[in-house]
Amino acid sequence: MCSYRWVTEQGPTPRVAQGAPVGRRIVLGMVGLGALGIIFGRTASQAVNSTVATAAPGLSGVLPGTGGFRIYTVTNGYPDYNAEKYRLTVTGLVSTPLSLSLADLGDLPQTGMTKDFQCVTGWRVDDVPWSGVLLSDVLTAAGADPSAGALRFISFDGAYTESLTMEQGLRPDILVATTMFGKPLTLEHGAPVRLYVAPMYGYKSLKWLSGIEVVTTVVPGYWEERGYSVDAWVGSSNGMTDEPIA
Amino acid sequence: MSQSPEPGTLLRFTAAERWTHRTLGILMGVLLITAAMLYLPGASAVIGNRPLMRNAHVISGFLLPIPIIVACFFWAFRQDLRRLNRFSPNDWKWLRSGKNRGGNTPVGKFNAGQKLNSAFVLGSIIVLLVTGLVMYFNRFFPDDIRTGATFVHDWLGLLVAIVTAGHIWMAYGDATARKGMRTGSVPVEWAEQEHGEWANEVRS
Repeated sequence: MCSYRWVTEQGPTPRVAQGAPVGRRIVLGMVGLGALGIIFGRTASQAVNSTVATAAPGLSGVLPGTGGFRIYTVTNGYPDYNAEKYRLTVTGLVSTPLSLSLADLGDLPQTGMTKDFQCVTGWRVDDVPWSGVLLSDVLTAAGADPSAGALRFISFDGAYTESLTMEQGLRPDILVATTMFGKPLTLEHGAPVRLYVAPMYGYKSLKWLSGIEVVTTVVPGYWEERGYSVDAWVGSSNGMTDEPIA
Repeated sequence: MSQSPEPGTLLRFTAAERWTHRTLGILMGVLLITAAMLYLPGASAVIGNRPLMRNAHVISGFLLPIPIIVACFFWAFRQDLRRLNRFSPNDWKWLRSGKNRGGNTPVGKFNAGQKLNSAFVLGSIIVLLVTGLVMYFNRFFPDDIRTGATFVHDWLGLLVAIVTAGHIWMAYGDATARKGMRTGSVPVEWAEQEHGEWANEVRS
């Protein structure tokens, strides 16, 4: 494995190079398996995920990748909130600025959709059931000026921000989401309210949503300031070729 | 025997080997802890600062092969690699001997468990490094290769965590073996008991 003779200390001459080179076989075998895993891993991971999900759903949170999601935060830990005091504000170029409690959000028309979640770092979770209020319904409720250029989203974690153009924000596949997999959002997934921007990479789906501002021009968000595409269409941005989310 | 340490003891690991082990251990520790933070939602909440965790993980990962490469410049390390590579008939016997392992089957400087562990760790480092590079430079790779690399990295990482826990557990149970890795030398009696062939070889 290493054969440099010229840097040496003296020691016993070993009678050790006898027997089968099991170590080398293991190393080479693992490299071979690793290569197969890279090539067929996508199929294998789907099989493993669905097996674990049906056979032992409790394991999904512990075993790698079986929950499908990886949790990214941009601040330390998860931001805390009080369900009673939580408000989603809608301000800026609107006729009626809103400050919506969770109950108020529940009174708006509810929409569900089952769509994939694709992260820009490569992983994708198929067929996630989401529900909440369509962003366009929230904007209508606030009387947002449809000719305003853009929307700005603010997270109560104090750091995470996002943006969409008004035209994008009125699409019928963008949710102010309150549930995932039929259950209220959990803290790591952005509880109590997050954005779900179906056609775009996951970083656009801002978590811990607390403010929507209707503004004139797009202000790049947290990840966009760090080099990611502002218009983050799945499969045609960030230099990626993933299958678009229909 | 070139360097006789104190009387009644045998030189087991040179300073270069001990430092290689120490450096690898520290890097592996950082990698496993940051991996847990990056993965497990529960652990993510403890520190949560993903960019910091990610950088620590990526940097430690890229550094990991360096101590091994440096160690290859040392004769003692290369010699031990040769020993770890080869399985003698006694190694197979030792593996099958179950709970009566200690002493009944004299083995060389490394027993079969140590040989398997080292081969697994080396293989893992190679595969994790390659899949880690694919994940880090993901924009140069097609979607299914990225997903496949992530899959391999995830599951092999979990196995490495389990095997490393086993490695620490075995070391926890043998203070003399730990002393051997800490100071470099072990008592002759321990060597005769645990590594009979090696004790004979060193003394002859």
